[in-house]
Amino acid sequence: MEQAKQSGDKKSATEPVLYASGVSAAYRKNRVLEDVSFSVGPGTLTGIIGPNGAGKSTLLKVLLDLHPRLSGTVAFFGTSYRRVKSRVGYVPQRGAVDWDFPADALDVVLMGLYGRIGWLKWPRRRHRELALAAMEKMGIAHLAKRQISQLSGGQQQRVFLARALVQDADLYFLDEPLAGVDAATEWAIMETLRALRDRGKTVLVVHHDLQTVREYFDRVLLLNRTVIAHGPTAETFTRDHLIRTYGGALRWLEAGFA
Amino acid sequence: MIPALTPNAQWVLLSTLILGAASGIVGCLAYWKRHSLMSDALSHAALPGVVVGFALAGTKNLPIMLAGAAASALLGAWLVMKIRDHSRVKEDTAMGIVLSVFFGLGMMLLTIVNRLPGGNQAGLDSFIFGQAASMVRKDVYLMAGLALLVVIVTAVSFKEWKLWLFDPLFARGLGLPGRLMDAVYLTVLVLVIVIGIQAVGVILMAALFIIPAVSAHYWTQTFSRMLVLSALFGGGAGAAGTLVSTMGEGWPTGPFIVIAASVLFLISLGFGWRKGLVVLFLQRHFRKQSTPGETSGPTLKERIS
Repeated sequence: MEQAKQSGDKKSATEPVLYASGVSAAYRKNRVLEDVSFSVGPGTLTGIIGPNGAGKSTLLKVLLDLHPRLSGTVAFFGTSYRRVKSRVGYVPQRGAVDWDFPADALDVVLMGLYGRIGWLKWPRRRHRELALAAMEKMGIAHLAKRQISQLSGGQQQRVFLARALVQDADLYFLDEPLAGVDAATEWAIMETLRALRDRGKTVLVVHHDLQTVREYFDRVLLLNRTVIAHGPTAETFTRDHLIRTYGGALRWLEAGFA
Repeated sequence: MIPALTPNAQWVLLSTLILGAASGIVGCLAYWKRHSLMSDALSHAALPGVVVGFALAGTKNLPIMLAGAAASALLGAWLVMKIRDHSRVKEDTAMGIVLSVFFGLGMMLLTIVNRLPGGNQAGLDSFIFGQAASMVRKDVYLMAGLALLVVIVTAVSFKEWKLWLFDPLFARGLGLPGRLMDAVYLTVLVLVIVIGIQAVGVILMAALFIIPAVSAHYWTQTFSRMLVLSALFGGGAGAAGTLVSTMGEGWPTGPFIVIAASVLFLISLGFGWRKGLVVLFLQRHFRKQSTPGETSGPTLKERIS
């Protein structure tokens, strides 16, 4: 099934995986996104970079219909999000859920398969095996029966990544997956994301650490309420663009950028 | 010690037991949806509906009064959402407003209706504090049907509830119909309230949602067991409170049920194996003795964003 899905993608390799045009959104009356337009091709790993409050997380939510869109159009694989939901994976911020919820790590990873298991049906042994295999990839198979509240921040993030992996989507959105995780987890997550890209998947990551951008992403989307610059990292992640994105705040970040 | 129960008391006992179990399960859903206060607001919001239902029917027509209760509870829920979405008022404040305004309105209407001919005998006051002693065989069937519905709804879509409560954003990404889940959840919540307020009253109803669920959380780390435990605690509190209240002449059932539930909570708070106070104390005690450094995990790499 996995193979069939992948070969099906090949023929649509020319059209953008994600296309957004003139997207705007607001919280109450505060506009947080204004005329956001960009498109992303298959097999890319894009970092969404911008200061706090630039609308990075909101952009993900608007694209995924989790927050109302005031204007603009969005297309996934040339069609509407509703029709291709199963091909799109979303990893929310770790802090978006209550880790005190009574569940173990395997339970959470299994949630990534709920769409495939079918509503109102119970997970079967093969689903559990798929989930465990994804946990193995993230190096957390030994934590399968661990209560999620007892996991470290890095382990929780790996659980989220494993859940996204079992979804076997073609396009992934990750909201700050590297925030507050240990160095080993950061490395494991980036390895996983690179492997996904190399398999032809498309990955968009909200990221806040300017020092690692060049190393991690082959494309960047600089965002501050609207798209400041978007393209290959080497040409786009420039001092000039960063000043326009961060304004005066950049001075504080310069030490690391040099 | 326990006096022999009259047949009527047996029906009362059975109905409060089943009611407690049903509200324990629904309370568990409400607890993880962070809706403990919401259940309280909805219970209070049911009161004006009961009185209006009575006024419309002209007599004590239970189905119409309960329909009224359901309608005004849902109206309360709708108002909370509207206030939250269209003003600067936060959800908890909106619930506080709806709770007190609806309850005050209910009390006012009650005073008016009680002065009408025939109003005084209707026993409308019993909806405030509940009157479990008036439960009869028919009520047991009603409660049992309700409990069965609650069990079926939670069991059939158990994995969906889990996802919807733990990570609603991800659930929507997977295509889980969030609105349908919201509607089903609200329906069972209101159904339990409407049927439960006869027994324990609008003021104490929320205790039957909140206390069993929070107590169960002290004992288990899996959602399924928490549901079962919460049902057991709710049912146990219902039965125990009813039993105690039969020991004295005219002792009210509702308050005793709440007291029984509170005792269960205090025991859980103290001795629950999951973060119960005794367990926490012992853990801290032993951690001090173990070698330092063993307990600390990998250091987090803090970054300036």
